[in-house]
Amino acid sequence: MKLPPLDYICPATLTEAIAALAAHGGNAKVIAGGQSLIPMLAFRLAAPSVLVDIGRLPDLKSISISAEGIDIGALVTWRDIERDARLAQAHPLLAAAVAHVAHYQVRNRGTVGGSLAHADPAAEMPGIAVTCDAMLTIVGSNGTRIVRADEFITGGLSTVLEADEILISIRLPLWKKARRWAFEEFARRRGDFALAGVAAFYDTDAQGLAYNAHIGVIGVADRPMRLPGVEAILDGRRIDAAVILQAAAVARDAIDPADDIHAEAAYRCDLLGVLLERALARAADISLSEAA
Amino acid sequence: MTPVRSVRLTVNGTQTTVTVEPRTTLADALRNELRLTGTHLGCEHGVCGACTVIVDGAAVRGCLMLAVQAEGREITTVEGLGSAAHLGALQLAFRKHHALQCGFCTAGILTTAHALLTDEPHADEDRIREVISGNLCRCTGYLPIIAAIMEARIAYSDLQCEAAQ
Repeated sequence: MKLPPLDYICPATLTEAIAALAAHGGNAKVIAGGQSLIPMLAFRLAAPSVLVDIGRLPDLKSISISAEGIDIGALVTWRDIERDARLAQAHPLLAAAVAHVAHYQVRNRGTVGGSLAHADPAAEMPGIAVTCDAMLTIVGSNGTRIVRADEFITGGLSTVLEADEILISIRLPLWKKARRWAFEEFARRRGDFALAGVAAFYDTDAQGLAYNAHIGVIGVADRPMRLPGVEAILDGRRIDAAVILQAAAVARDAIDPADDIHAEAAYRCDLLGVLLERALARAADISLSEAA
Repeated sequence: MTPVRSVRLTVNGTQTTVTVEPRTTLADALRNELRLTGTHLGCEHGVCGACTVIVDGAAVRGCLMLAVQAEGREITTVEGLGSAAHLGALQLAFRKHHALQCGFCTAGILTTAHALLTDEPHADEDRIREVISGNLCRCTGYLPIIAAIMEARIAYSDLQCEAAQ
């Protein structure tokens, strides 16, 4: 469907953008790549009277890696991440997850900030942000605040962003070199939203025991979330086939997805267990079929 | 009805100005204002890929970009890839391999493949399949499309060699 009538402002600075949002109260909506927002407009799921285009704001398009962490500007696209030669080493989990985002054409315009602010429960970037304890920087009329990813997302397509606030960047903690990790998701067709997905990592101590396990899931609730019950099983253990099967069983019980047109709840629970098994087997570099 | 805006952009090498409402998508502006009807609109919400055009070298969905966002950008549409008298390399390969039947999706596939091969003239079959997964075709079964794009790679590799010299 054609888009509803709306006005359009393309500010040159962040200050102007925030002023424009403040002036229009809740009737304005930020647009960057528009790859989620424009379909929402076409379906009349969103009907702002004005779009504030942050696509030409300076300084929001960089990826920088420092001792503090990995800082990704809100306007960085999936293609930018794909083409950043550093990230495959600096944050392989992020690189692997982003490889699943949408299709070629959408990847050229879709942005990290847009995906986080849209907060689709099946989207990869919010899942990685929550799994990795990312911190998000938000600027608004009342200044700057920094919010943890799991506190940023408050539900399906809902965040703590106020009407006059813009998400400007995300910081991922630095990645440890020897970390074990994997990302697994299942979608019916390449580039579709995941029916379910798992982002997993843990570190290993000198004895080869896991610690600092982080297990995040997407597509199985109204928002991405960690599974602390599964993490508790992994921490302090050697990740072998028995531990993996135990973790998967706990994961199946830990979620309570709704039935929808894409999958029944029971299917999603089972799928999540399978994806977690695959992810942990890959992370631990063992073959479950041989072990079982 | 919101006030119209003038947007300056370059389309297939020609500088032009379109006057559009802010809600007008780039695809609609190309079709309705510039009469470049080679760009087709299928789903109008970013799923089918029929409206793919190239913006500053990158393939994008023409229905998921506002015309006002194209201010100052360089656009290539399927009309920019060749003419009836002088088909481009991809178009020739599509004809040879019967890579289209009804033709509705073809413009979007050609622009997508043109952007891909311009960037990655040595893209392998897996990469081509991955990229073309963003374009729905209900006639061909894709195999002739993949074959045509693979054959056209040589022309793009040659272009890259010429550019290097």
